[in-house]
Amino acid sequence: MQHQSATRVVTQPQNDAAKSATAESAVEIHDLHKSFGGVDVLKGISLTARQGDVVAIIGGSGSGKSTLLRCVNLLETPTSGQIAIQGEPYRMRAGKNGALVPADRRQIQRIRAHLGMVFQSFNLWPHRTVLENVMEVPVHVLKTPREEARARASTLLDRVGLGDKLDAYPSFLSGGQQQRAAIARVLAVDPLAMLFDEPTSALDPELVGEVLSVIRDLAAEHRTMLLVTHEMAFARDVATHVVFLRDGIIEEQGSPTQIFESPRSEHLKQFIKSVA
Amino acid sequence: MTTVFDFGLLAYDPPGWGRVLLVGFWRSIELAAGGYCLGIVIGIFGAAGKLYGGKVVRDLLEIYTMVIRAVPELVLILLFYYVGTDLLSRASVALGFSRVDIDGLSAGIMVIGLVQGAYATEVFRGAIRAVPTGQIEAAHAFGMRGSLVMRRVTLPAMLPHALPGMANLWMIATKDTALLAVVGFSELTLAARQAAGATRAYLLFFLSAGALYLALTLISNVILRRVERRARRGLVSARQQ
Repeated sequence: MQHQSATRVVTQPQNDAAKSATAESAVEIHDLHKSFGGVDVLKGISLTARQGDVVAIIGGSGSGKSTLLRCVNLLETPTSGQIAIQGEPYRMRAGKNGALVPADRRQIQRIRAHLGMVFQSFNLWPHRTVLENVMEVPVHVLKTPREEARARASTLLDRVGLGDKLDAYPSFLSGGQQQRAAIARVLAVDPLAMLFDEPTSALDPELVGEVLSVIRDLAAEHRTMLLVTHEMAFARDVATHVVFLRDGIIEEQGSPTQIFESPRSEHLKQFIKSVA
Repeated sequence: MTTVFDFGLLAYDPPGWGRVLLVGFWRSIELAAGGYCLGIVIGIFGAAGKLYGGKVVRDLLEIYTMVIRAVPELVLILLFYYVGTDLLSRASVALGFSRVDIDGLSAGIMVIGLVQGAYATEVFRGAIRAVPTGQIEAAHAFGMRGSLVMRRVTLPAMLPHALPGMANLWMIATKDTALLAVVGFSELTLAARQAAGATRAYLLFFLSAGALYLALTLISNVILRRVERRARRGLVSARQQ
């Protein structure tokens, strides 16, 4: 597989990061810090994903990769730093203790509505059928007419192989089916970028493949994705760029070939050896 | 030997007391339903306030639920019924409106609603906490605003956890209406007492009242079971597995 050079994911120089946001950049993170009760989890992350990039974020447990992903849609509020989605930075202001707080809830809601997230534990809404889960956000947040949303949802569910499960409730499906429904729920909002938070970690081994193959198809369509994963073979296969996080900083990044075949840092070498 | 019961006394038209009993029964149902609904509204806001509110809101709600649950309901009913209506009247006069007379039904509904609200707050609070946080987080992650998350996700998802407690509260509400007899509100218990006093057929009328309460409970049970089945529609129950 041919990949563009690693420069498509770049650490921005600190001073002109905000200005460098182009229409092409889907997710732009600049000098992001996050601490939980005095413990620094992210220590200055800068990362840009352009449209069509599939960025795999790898690293050991506690490296901060899930926190980084959750900062992108502000499920975690960064302590400092900037995040812009399609060139639009989140408006934040300084809170009481110096940490950032959201300044404009409506802006966040508007941006979030176009950033789908796929969770490790699926998080489908159990009181709604699979079809209703996929229709929920288009109908109630994006105000799509119900019939249009229904048609769209059933097409998407068909696409992820759940065409015969439209009226089933999530708890009656396998983990792999639930995760595929959760992916359809994200596709239904026409996401600017899809955020995957360890989408296969909660699955039985025999169900991992069906979810990965759906994600692989989406990657082939050049959808923008940020993917936190432990599936190294998969990351190597579908990612356009791989970011190795260690101790809250990006220790190494580059094309999958660079990262997996000629890692430079000792930690990355060890990490790859340990998960292989 | 005459029969123990003179069922003629239960006839709908006088000299029978059937009409009085049924009117009393209907007023009991109105009281219970009104108070229960008010209690649900208070409970939802109370639970939301306790879980997501600021410190002042949380403290005030804590005082409310603690006081209500600590004081015997009969005392609360006497207190609210006399003092509460009086205060409302005075407040109305003080604000330049004419003196309002609060009718017994409204006052009774408020009293029962306030009591039910305190218990419902705790039931809903527990039920909301039982909803896996990921479901609520997912709603936020898709850009739903707080009220929409509450309406579309949190409340329906917590319902299966709240229903056993809320069913209990409905049963308690139906029986709490009898306490309103002490303030002269002619619900079923007072109506039965009047009929019994006038005819000396104590056993007949109190048993009749008991039968009506029982009937209400049985019918409620059927309805509540249906509601619960509907609320649990998406959940895998132990029996189905």
